Order: sequence, then C-alpha cells, then structure tokens
Amino acid sequence: MSILPVIWFFLIGILLTVYAILDGFDLGVGFWYLFAKKEENRRTFLNAIGPIWDGNEVWLLTGGGALFAAFPIVYATVFSGFYLALMLVLWALIFRAVAIEFRSKSQSAIWRKTWDAAFAIGSIVPGLLFGVAIGNILRGLPLDANGDYAGTFFDLLNPYALLIGLLGLSMFAVHGAQFIILKTQGDLAEKARKWAKNAWVIYVGLFCLASIATVILEHHLFVNFILFPFLLIVPILSAASMALIFYFNKKGFAKAAFAASSSSIAGLMALTGTGIFPNLVPALDSAGAGLNVFNASSSPKTLGIMLVIACIGMPFVIAYTIWIYRIFRGKVTAQGWY
Amino acid sequence: MDTVLLSRIQFALTVGFHFIYPPLTIGLAWLIFLIMTLYLRTNDAAYKAMARFWIGLFALSFAMGVASGITMEFQFGTNWAAYSRFVGDIFGAPLAAEGILAFFLESSFLGLLIFGWNRVSKKTLWISSLLVALGSTLSAFWIIAANSWQHTPAGYQIVNGRAELTDFWAAIFNHSTMQRFIHTVNGALITGSMFMLGISAYHLLKKQHQIVMEKSFKIALVFLVITAWFQLGFGHAHGIQMWRYQPIKLAAFEGLFETQKAAPFLAFGIPNAETGKVDYEIHIPGFLSLMLSGKSDTEVQGLNDFPKDEWPPVRITFFNFRLMFILGVYFIGLGSLGILLLRLKKLYNNRFYLRLALLSVPLPFLANEFGWIATEVGRQPWVVYKLLKTQDAVSPTVSAGQILFSIIMFGLIYTLLFAAWIFLLRMKVKQGPELVRSVAGREAGS
Repeated sequence: MSILPVIWFFLIGILLTVYAILDGFDLGVGFWYLFAKKEENRRTFLNAIGPIWDGNEVWLLTGGGALFAAFPIVYATVFSGFYLALMLVLWALIFRAVAIEFRSKSQSAIWRKTWDAAFAIGSIVPGLLFGVAIGNILRGLPLDANGDYAGTFFDLLNPYALLIGLLGLSMFAVHGAQFIILKTQGDLAEKARKWAKNAWVIYVGLFCLASIATVILEHHLFVNFILFPFLLIVPILSAASMALIFYFNKKGFAKAAFAASSSSIAGLMALTGTGIFPNLVPALDSAGAGLNVFNASSSPKTLGIMLVIACIGMPFVIAYTIWIYRIFRGKVTAQGWY
Repeated sequence: MDTVLLSRIQFALTVGFHFIYPPLTIGLAWLIFLIMTLYLRTNDAAYKAMARFWIGLFALSFAMGVASGITMEFQFGTNWAAYSRFVGDIFGAPLAAEGILAFFLESSFLGLLIFGWNRVSKKTLWISSLLVALGSTLSAFWIIAANSWQHTPAGYQIVNGRAELTDFWAAIFNHSTMQRFIHTVNGALITGSMFMLGISAYHLLKKQHQIVMEKSFKIALVFLVITAWFQLGFGHAHGIQMWRYQPIKLAAFEGLFETQKAAPFLAFGIPNAETGKVDYEIHIPGFLSLMLSGKSDTEVQGLNDFPKDEWPPVRITFFNFRLMFILGVYFIGLGSLGILLLRLKKLYNNRFYLRLALLSVPLPFLANEFGWIATEVGRQPWVVYKLLKTQDAVSPTVSAGQILFSIIMFGLIYTLLFAAWIFLLRMKVKQGPELVRSVAGREAGS
C-alpha cells in the first residue's frame, strides 16, 4: 500500500487549515462589519482586507482542486451530497467577492447598503456552513453501498453539525476581531477588543459543549487517541491556544493574540483530521460504504506528480505571500481604495 | 425535465457567464504590462495615469471572474459526480496545478498592483504587472489543458471503469492543447485590445483626456491588428488539428455530410441533419480539402460516415463556428483600417471610425462565446470524446428540483451582478483617469 494517499490527506489538511486561518480573519471581519455601523469604520475594514482577501480565497480553490485531484471519489460524493448547502456557500462567496470590489465605487446610499448586506451575509453564511460540513463529516454521512450520499439537505442540519457550525463561526469571529485589533487604532481598536473578549467567551463555551457532545455521541472519533495516546497533545494544544488568546489580550499583545487565535484554528483542524483519519467520509451506519484515504484516492502516479507540483509551487507561494503581507503590514484607515 | 438536460443548462449558463471575464482580463493584463513597461522606461506621468485607469477597470472585471470561477471549481463535483469519478485521476491535477502555479500568482500580485503604488518601487510594480499577466495566462493554460483532454484524451488507461493517468505530459500536452490554448489566448488579446480601443474611442469622441486616450488607442490598435491577423493562422491550425483527431466534429463545423474527395467549403447554407443535406447551399468546390491539406483533392470524412447517434447537434455547431469566423474577419478589417487611418494621420478625429470602435467592444466577447459553443457542442454527445457520454456523467443523487432551483438562483444572481458590473464600468469609464490626474499633477509638482 502506498504512503502517498496518507501524505495527501495531510497536505489537503494543511491547505484547508491555511485557508481557515487566512480567509478566517477576513470572514470574521465580515461578521463584525454588521456591528461597525459608521461609514468610516466600514471603509477601514475593507481597506484592511482589500489587498489580501483574494489571495486568501485561492487557498480554498486550491484545496478544492487538490481534493478533486487526490480524492476524486470524496470530491464527487461530498460535493453532490451537499448540493444545496454548497450552492449556498457558493452564492455567498460570489456576492462577497463582488461586494468588496463594488461597494465603495458609488456614493448612493441604497447601493452601499445593499452591498454592505451582501458582504456581511456573504461572510457569515460560509463561516457557519463550513463548520456544519465538518460537523457532518465528523459524525459520518448516510451513504449507500456505492458510496453515494443517501440523505437530504435537512439531514445535514442535525444538532451536532449545527453545534460545530456555530463553533466555527465563533472561531472566525474571534479571529476577525483579533485582526481588526492589529490593523486599526483608536476607538475602533477599542471596540474590537470588546468584541474579541465577548466572542472568546462564546468560542470557549461552544468548544466545551462540542467536546462534551463528541464524547457522548461520536465514539468512533476516539479510536486514534486510544491507539496512540500521545495524540492527546492535539486537543491539549488547542485548549492552550484558546487560553493564550485571553492571556495575550489581557496583556495587550495584539500580535501574539492573533498568533494564538491562528494556532487555535490550526488545533481544531488538526483535531478534526486526527479524529477521522484514515477516513475522509465515514459512513453513518454499517450498510454504507465509507470513503477513506485508500479506497477513494487517485492512482499513485497522479498522487506522485501532484506531490512534485506542490513541492515546486508551494514554496514560492508561501514566500511571496509572506512578502506581500509584510508590504501591507501596519495600521489602516478609512482613506484608500475602498 | 431530466437532470441531464438541467445540469447541461446550468453548466452552459455558468461557464458562459464566467467566460465573459477571463479573456478580458488576460488581454488587458498584457496591455497593462506594456503600459507599465513604457512607464518604467520613460517615467512619463501620462503612462502612470493610463496604467492606473486600466488597472481600475481590470480590477472590477477580475472580481467578476474570480466570483464566477469559484462556481466552476465546485460544479464538477456538485452536478457532474459521475464525470468527476471517471476523470478525477487526470482532470483534477491540472485544476490543482492552476491554483498552485498560476492563480496564487495572479491574485497576490494583483493586490500589489492595485494597492502598492505608495508602498513599493516602480520596478516592483512593473514586475507585479508582468506576474499578473503571466499568472492569468498560465491559469488559462491549465484550464485549457484539462478541457482539451476531454476532446482528445491521451496518456491514460481505463482501470476499473475510470481513466487512470499513465503519462502526465502526454495528458497535459494532448493533441489539441497547444492549438486550443494559443487560439484562445490570442482571442483574449483581441478582446482586451478591442475593449481598450473602444473605451479610448469614447473619450476621443468627447475630446477629453486626449493625451492618455490617444496613447491607449494607439497601443490597443497595434495590438488588435497583430492579434487579429495572427488569429487567422491560429484558428486554421486548430481546424487542421480537429480534422485529424475529431473528424466528426470538423464535419459538423463545416456542414459536410458526404465523405468526398475535393470537399467543398460552404460559403452559405443551412445544414439539415434530418435529410442529411445542406439547404440553400452555395459552395466553393475543393476549397475545404485545400485548406485542410494543401491539396484540393484530399478526401474529407462527412457526417454520414459516422453512426447518427454520435452526431453533435449540427446546426448549432455549424452556425456558431461561422459567426465566430465572420467576427474574426471583421476584427482584421477594423484593425487594418485603423492602421491605414493612422498612417494617413486621419485617425484621432475620424468620428466614424471612433464610433465604430466603441460599438465593437461587445463583439470579441460574442466571438469568444460562439467559438466556445461550437467546440463544446461539437464534442457532444460525449463529455470525454469516445470515452464517456454526457448523459452518463451527472450526479446520481441530485434531483431535478434542486438543479432547477439552483439554475433560477444563478440566473438571478448573475443578471444582478452583470448589471452592477456594467453600471460600475460605465461610471468608471465616464469618470476617466480623473483620480489619477491629481496623482500625475502631484508628481509633476513634486
């Protein structure tokens, strides 16, 4: 058996984790946009994410492409199974992308209000539904013997998945508030500190609830932790990162707090991966054929070539992404492109 | 209605909408790079004003391309699950490569090109404009390589009911990739040039921003005439390639029913698939054979040589190809006339020509769509030529009602976005390089 599918399980995990951290803060900014009622604040928000949100979203596209290439059967089952849910995410992302570019280009009040709503909803809907999707995958999907999805749209909205959805949204909210603290000053930064504090309480509360629900309901997620107890470091580090967010905020270390919220996101993503491995889509009951890294992957040849492409391309991507982030570091104001 | 038809309608709608934008941004990206090069060399504030004006219009269109492009990435899985399972081992890799090797480049450096003017050096901006143009063109390469594999599959074997990769380079550089890529990207350059030409003409007609707009007009015109003439050769090469590897599609393109030596070229006619004849036919004897092989008596296969259930919809293919071709010839004429007027020094005040240029802005977009419809419909009934039929490619779990709902939503959303894009484009065009003038002025003053 080839090791390549396992490597790709990790690589896709990394792509989606970087996506969650990077687009996470601009989705979070979209959430707080609702609460930043002043025109000046809204423009500041858009200027803060303007130069970088687009590159952030490419991580999702690349993650999707990599999933298609490495695990086409998972891509086919999950995307067709989650049809309406994914369409909602899609429409939200479409509106959001266009809203960011279009919103400030006209002075009309109705124009701006419409795109403001599009931007906020377009940020909140994916923020929620990504978590719902992960919740369903953690729980297992109703699959038939062919590995096709056998449930309905409303089956996806079960309480466990909704809980994970809310956890994801609160995570993005914390992360977005941390980003605003980093990028703004004065009243707005002060406001964001309050937001970060409140959202953090909800984030930690939901994390505890989700942990309890998982212990009670989803025993299959503990197999790896029982086999390899050292993996318990993953939930411990996640919880520690959450605690550090609070600590650094209290001390006023904005950069460290942002780093801690990033690492808490990475922690939760790693927790998901550790819980389900080697499955990608566990079947909800024994009649269905679950999809795992071995029965749903591409051929070793394709996986090998993809690995070469990733090894050549990703170092450049990471290098120039860091370089561009450094160019745009520092505080922003309402003056600018948006 | 059945899910196959609905899925096809949705795919045609969403990809047809998406395909408005990438050709425009690819073409504009290279023109902007050219302007940035001139700016770097001459340090002339007019080039700076030009660059910033066109980058502004580029950014609006790029956002539309990104937004509608996400749909495409999701849609293979949502609506074409059987297809995704069948081709995933081959088709997914170029899509992922597009993200890793091209799209990151384009998106990241576009951010710098829009926002970086006060933060980085002129040279860095110039490199950014080059990387945006390169990134967008590489993006097109990977997508077209994947699409070309559907037309002329290569480098694979069928294992357990799916296509598995045996030779990566053979699959990527399959028999139609380079011909299709060059033809499509050249079409994008035509689109970008006509866009710039028409909008510059608008300002020249109003006698405003003349320095900036005359320079833009001239660059666009030279670009247009070169690319339009080249397209004749590139399209021709693509036709010969099609004749070799998809003869049935070529027969539909040309409305040729009977296999014959000295095959005629139809100057006019309406192919009738029921009777197997061309109605109201006016043809040039032997000319099709001559164009394809260089000899007027070469045998060319007609549709009747193939089983009728493997015919593409003949009329749609035939007419879309011809409409594209006629527009291509028109671009050659328009570009050549412009160059003639330029030499005669009668260009910038020729109101007829300026108006014609302005009215022609939508035409390359139409030509792109016609060409795309001809080539994709011409591949039917196959989604992967000779390997997988379109009717066997859809998602088994998605109901007709769900697809109908998503078609309606896409229809509404895209109409709304298109209207907003046109509205903003008009507004930005009317404003002209206004914001930029103060920048230029400040630079001159400092």
